[in-house]
Amino acid sequence: MATIEATPAAAPAAAGPRPRRSRAGGHPREWVWGYLMVLPLLAGLGVFYLWPIAQSVYFSFTEWGAFGGQRWVGTANYRDFLSDPELPKAAWNTLRYSLLVLLAVPLSVVLAALLNQVRDRHVALYRTLYFLPVVSMPAAVAMVWRWLYNGDYGLINYLLSLVGVDGPHWVSDERFTVYAMAVVGVWASLGYNMIIFSAGLKSIPRHYYEAAAIDGAGRVRQFFAVTLPLLSPSIFFVSVLSVIGGLQMFDTVLMMLGKSNPALAGSKTVAYLFYEDAFLDNRQGMASAVAVVLMAVLLLLTAVQFRLQKKWVHYE
Amino acid sequence: MIRRVSALLCAGLLVAGVAGCSSDSTPSGQDGKAAGPVTLTYGIWDANQQPAMQKIVDAFQVAHPDIRVSIQLTPSADYWTKLQTAAASGSAPDVFWMSSTRIGLYADQGQLLPLSDRPGFDSGKFAKALNDIYTLGGKQYGMPKDYDTIGLWYNKKLFDAAGVKYPDASWTWQDVIDASQKLTDPAKGVWGIASPSWTQENLYNTIHQAGGHVISADRKTSGLADPASVEGLRYALDFVTKYKTSPTAQQMTDTDPSQLFASGKVAMFTDGDWDTLTYKNAPGLVADVAPLPAGPKGRATVVNGLGNVIYAKTKHAAAAWEFVKFLGGREANEIQASTGTVIPAYEGLADTWVKSTPQFNLQIFVDELQNAVPYPVSKNTSAWSKDTQALLDKVWAGQQDLDSAAAQMAATMNAALAKE
Repeated sequence: MATIEATPAAAPAAAGPRPRRSRAGGHPREWVWGYLMVLPLLAGLGVFYLWPIAQSVYFSFTEWGAFGGQRWVGTANYRDFLSDPELPKAAWNTLRYSLLVLLAVPLSVVLAALLNQVRDRHVALYRTLYFLPVVSMPAAVAMVWRWLYNGDYGLINYLLSLVGVDGPHWVSDERFTVYAMAVVGVWASLGYNMIIFSAGLKSIPRHYYEAAAIDGAGRVRQFFAVTLPLLSPSIFFVSVLSVIGGLQMFDTVLMMLGKSNPALAGSKTVAYLFYEDAFLDNRQGMASAVAVVLMAVLLLLTAVQFRLQKKWVHYE
Repeated sequence: MIRRVSALLCAGLLVAGVAGCSSDSTPSGQDGKAAGPVTLTYGIWDANQQPAMQKIVDAFQVAHPDIRVSIQLTPSADYWTKLQTAAASGSAPDVFWMSSTRIGLYADQGQLLPLSDRPGFDSGKFAKALNDIYTLGGKQYGMPKDYDTIGLWYNKKLFDAAGVKYPDASWTWQDVIDASQKLTDPAKGVWGIASPSWTQENLYNTIHQAGGHVISADRKTSGLADPASVEGLRYALDFVTKYKTSPTAQQMTDTDPSQLFASGKVAMFTDGDWDTLTYKNAPGLVADVAPLPAGPKGRATVVNGLGNVIYAKTKHAAAAWEFVKFLGGREANEIQASTGTVIPAYEGLADTWVKSTPQFNLQIFVDELQNAVPYPVSKNTSAWSKDTQALLDKVWAGQQDLDSAAAQMAATMNAALAKE
């Protein structure tokens, strides 16, 4: 039986005794302490993220009654969801929305760079103004925008009428809803993005600019040659978050469009399908399947972004 | 670092401690008779009715100092969503509003406490039709709260300005069409009528006025593809697409038709008595209400009503029953009537309600009971009403023709009914 002699367990014995070493390379106590320190975080992660994820995966293979009680149905939910006639449109809307909201990234880079130039006394004011949407209730934001977008009495169409343009019904005509929602999405994410970008800008050492100036670079050249490359880690971070946020888009559809809207059928997102399954049709199993598929797509897209970052993100 | 960790531990203990305390504070168990005051939650969906409900709660608390009631208002758009999620997790309000569209599902799935088993149960003061809504398998689950019918609200100022006679009981569909054409004035931004794709306020009535039906008497098949039903739907749709005397579906989505009526942009609007307070309080609105017009097959209005029910998993069943018994009594119904909030379910109080708002001819809502047809429901109404509503919305938005949509609605509804 030659195979037995070749087992790994036999190998160290043949090589003679070795000094025992802990994984951290020092006293075992050190890594015990390390794990103890992160334990509260891991516990929270487990209770609030990992366990629900595991449950969702399990529930995605079940069917629910109106008030609970599950029955195992195998992959039926996934087959139903992937053959749902509403899915292609919803996936297309979600994709369009996510790409449109990515426009907020360059916009907030420019705004953050401009804000960096403003004298300190006014910075706080501008920051507050841009950050306000982030701390406002999404429902309140949606209601105000819904009013602004009103086809007959809205402020936007009133302003358009001043220049002779007859504005459409932005939130009740499905040709315009995705764009209307994207504008709100961009507007709402500017403040958050800018906070991250201004932190990134602050960490760029001044002497790079001084060196660039001595070499004869103007403001614009400095922005592209110094600011942008050194800000690329922040840009990468914000882009990843924006794509995740965009693919999860739901609240604006519900709040700004409402449930009885002729444009709703053409404006649904994948996350809205999840909401319909879970809370309107009480198909929690189906909803779990939607959530699992959405999570898989998100993981895939994020992985692709991490792979691509090597091509353009500069770490100092 | 150590300090931060211990602070975190303390916070954790604090949370655990609070949770521990709160779980000790409900020793009363199944019967609310135990020592100490109990607090009941009462789930409702209409902000207009909240003041009246609070008055009723106050009156109840005077008579029952050991029971507190806290009202939980959820906007109607989210009420059932929230309630069903809460019920599934065992945390629905102790007492809540119920409608005919959901009672089948909730009672069938054991979410409600049967009231007819309770000591002192008396439904003798309510019309049989209202008790029947909440009776399943010989047990009554809901205490009737109110009933509602639909009327033709009209703006007197706009009628006067256009020189059109006010609507009355003699009006037919043609009278409404003629009036809507005379009243429409695009230059002033005024429409003759608002005819949305809403069912209870609009389409379920016109379907019956044309001799059609939404659901068969045995609740097994859909009547939406019946030619008479389609005729009823077409009458309402024509205002939008043919005569163009109603705002479009898009316009009515952007601005709610009842808001358009309250602000004087729309001359006629069919709406229920529950919006009486909205129109009474609308600044500058001079309005009144007439009976719905007669269709080719005569007059018809759907009648619906709410009820108060007890959640099956309530921790305070006895206290909840005390409260529901009070809600079904004369005093509570008198408050609903005298505040002009809704037509109380309790017999003999309709008059008090009519007199509460003398500027409107509210008597028509009571009189319309003679022409009333029950609001169409089945055991699981929402299983088909959501899909049929989506199709109606499409038709109103001009994305699908009425005939194909009617066939599709009937097919969807029949499929859902077959599963019940």
